[in-house]
Amino acid sequence: MKILVCVSKTPDTTSKIAFTDGNAKFDEAGVQWIINPYDEWYSLVRAIELKEKDPSVEIHLITVGGADAEPIIRKALALGGDAAFRINADSSDSYYIAAQIAEKAKQESYDIIFTGKETIDYNGSSIGGMLAELTNLPFVSLATKFELTGSTASITREIEGGEEVAEVILPVVVSCQKGVAEQRIPNMRGIMAARTKPLNVKEPNNLDALTTIVSFELPPAKAGVKLVDADNVNELVRLLHEEAKVI
Amino acid sequence: MSVLIFIDHSDGHVKKSSFEVLTYGAQLAAQLGTQAEGLVLGTVNDDLTSLGKYGVSTIHQVANEQLNNIDTQVFAQVITDAANASGAQVVVFSHNQTGKAVAARVAAKLKAGIVTGACALPDTSNGFVVRKTVFSGKAFANISINSPIKVISLNPNSFTTITGEGTATVTPLNITVPAAKIKIIATNKVSGEVPLTEADIVVSGGRGLKGPENWGIILDLAKELGAATACSRPVGDAHWRPHHEHVGQTGVQVAPNLYIAVGISGAIQHLAGVNRSKVMVVINKDPEAPFFKAADYGIVGDAFEVLPKLTAAIKQMKTNN
Ligand SMILES: Cc1cc2nc3c(=O)[nH]c(=O)nc-3n(C[C@H](O)[C@H](O)[C@H](O)COP(=O)(O)OP(=O)(O)OC[C@H]3O[C@@H](n4cnc5c(N)ncnc54)[C@H](O)[C@@H]3O)c2cc1C
Ligand SMILES: Nc1ncnc2c1ncn2[C@@H]1O[C@H](COP(=O)(O)O)[C@@H](O)[C@H]1O
Repeated sequence: MKILVCVSKTPDTTSKIAFTDGNAKFDEAGVQWIINPYDEWYSLVRAIELKEKDPSVEIHLITVGGADAEPIIRKALALGGDAAFRINADSSDSYYIAAQIAEKAKQESYDIIFTGKETIDYNGSSIGGMLAELTNLPFVSLATKFELTGSTASITREIEGGEEVAEVILPVVVSCQKGVAEQRIPNMRGIMAARTKPLNVKEPNNLDALTTIVSFELPPAKAGVKLVDADNVNELVRLLHEEAKVI
Repeated sequence: MSVLIFIDHSDGHVKKSSFEVLTYGAQLAAQLGTQAEGLVLGTVNDDLTSLGKYGVSTIHQVANEQLNNIDTQVFAQVITDAANASGAQVVVFSHNQTGKAVAARVAAKLKAGIVTGACALPDTSNGFVVRKTVFSGKAFANISINSPIKVISLNPNSFTTITGEGTATVTPLNITVPAAKIKIIATNKVSGEVPLTEADIVVSGGRGLKGPENWGIILDLAKELGAATACSRPVGDAHWRPHHEHVGQTGVQVAPNLYIAVGISGAIQHLAGVNRSKVMVVINKDPEAPFFKAADYGIVGDAFEVLPKLTAAIKQMKTNN
């Protein structure tokens, strides 16, 4: 069995969000880069758990990104995974990224392709569905549980106001979120082993990008909090009713 | 030519988020000088002609019961066929759970550029530029879609619905529905509660509440307000509350009209899931809690004293009105 885990690089969750070049670019000064939490905590760990149960499972990691994505791909390898692939391209367009990954996926015929629910910087929630379409596979989104019996996957996915359990025969593309696995910390052995694991770099296929980022904006600054005395909750109720008009 | 609006429904009823996308799609169609058409997959109990009041002239329906369950492959095929049949230049979804499952897949099939999580009408004065939230609501990006066909999914609760006069014509669409590869074997809905992502008001509790046995004061306030309940991540992790209530960067993202945070410090990862709320209220005994910097209204005080009083005051206000 072969599993592909899509891994992307995002700014650390506590990063200061600022822009440069006349608001055209994200300001990377002082930013710590991490593996997108949904990719690291949930999809990668679930893939590793499947491999722990069945050592014949082979895990490939893939990222579409520049050389600056290598530290995070190494960290992902330290957590687990057998080989990594980096498509040497910088793009923010979901279709372009998905199509690059799809080219690789078509060559390898993976049984499971995991993505995160979304990247915490771009918030697209797009790559999984696109990748499934481009590889003509079933897609289950927003998974909170992933169980495997033989070649049948039983996947719990979030729907509005609850969840539903879907059954599908592999191969399948799944976007993962909280619940699928528990976060792990890489250990020393993993970090050492990652040094010798192959990280293959490939040039991108010549494909179209369908969107471009024109500019960024920060939300207008908040007016500041209006404090109400703890003994005067009636005043809060009045403000919410008459001023904010939300109750 | 048209703007095709995907109308989502569950349990036989059109969802509230669909009214928002209908209004959005109708305004976009007017802006582009074309017409707005709706698309319903599956069967509903509601009177679809009444959706005309949001500004759509025609609603296409593929009334096949298989489509009451979502298989993204099947949906992408049917929606793409419908988009081609109506000559859609733009297809609009809600960025809700259904939209997150289906919209990007449809975009790939149509080879259409997509902007998910849109929060305003596109600027079409020079190209087609859509504003979306990025960095979990901490910023906006303006994205240009450069392909002939475009797909947009609209953030729930970011566009005010407008109703006017008008009825829509409902026309059955004759599209072959392929067999589903995904089998739904169970559906578990949290019954009797307000779904978190659809709620107008959310009351949320953090570690400041000390333990699950203290949640009564949160539930009472939520009940009085007809609100959904949520919690911070450590609360979900400790199983004080079910994990689907956890909001934030790694949990559910909500954008209600009113978010009340009780005993939550306001860590940046928590705020990332709630900062699109219209109004935020914080109740925390520590005046230095970061949440006070993000909130609109606040009370510095002990939740165990303030909350029962607040619930009572709201009840009082309701009886007075
Ligand atoms: C990568 C990453 C992702 C994360 N994702 C999320 C996420 O999605 N969602 C999330 O919530 N967190 C997330 N976190 C965790 C986040 O950083 C905080 O640790 C968490 O939000 C804190 O939860 P809390 O406010 O309930 O608890 P605490 O930080 O412990 O705050 C408790 C608050 O309650 C107040 N309090 C105590 N007693 C009372 C009382 N009697 N009355 C009133 N107030 C009282 C205290 O003053 C304090 O401010 C993430 C962290 C990381 C590193
Ligand atoms: N550049 C990338 N390289 C590899 N995988 C990616 C990349 N961008 C996004 N992904 C995957 O797609 C998921 C959803 O991303 P998005 O659609 O951009 O929100 C992420 O959690 C990753 O698993």
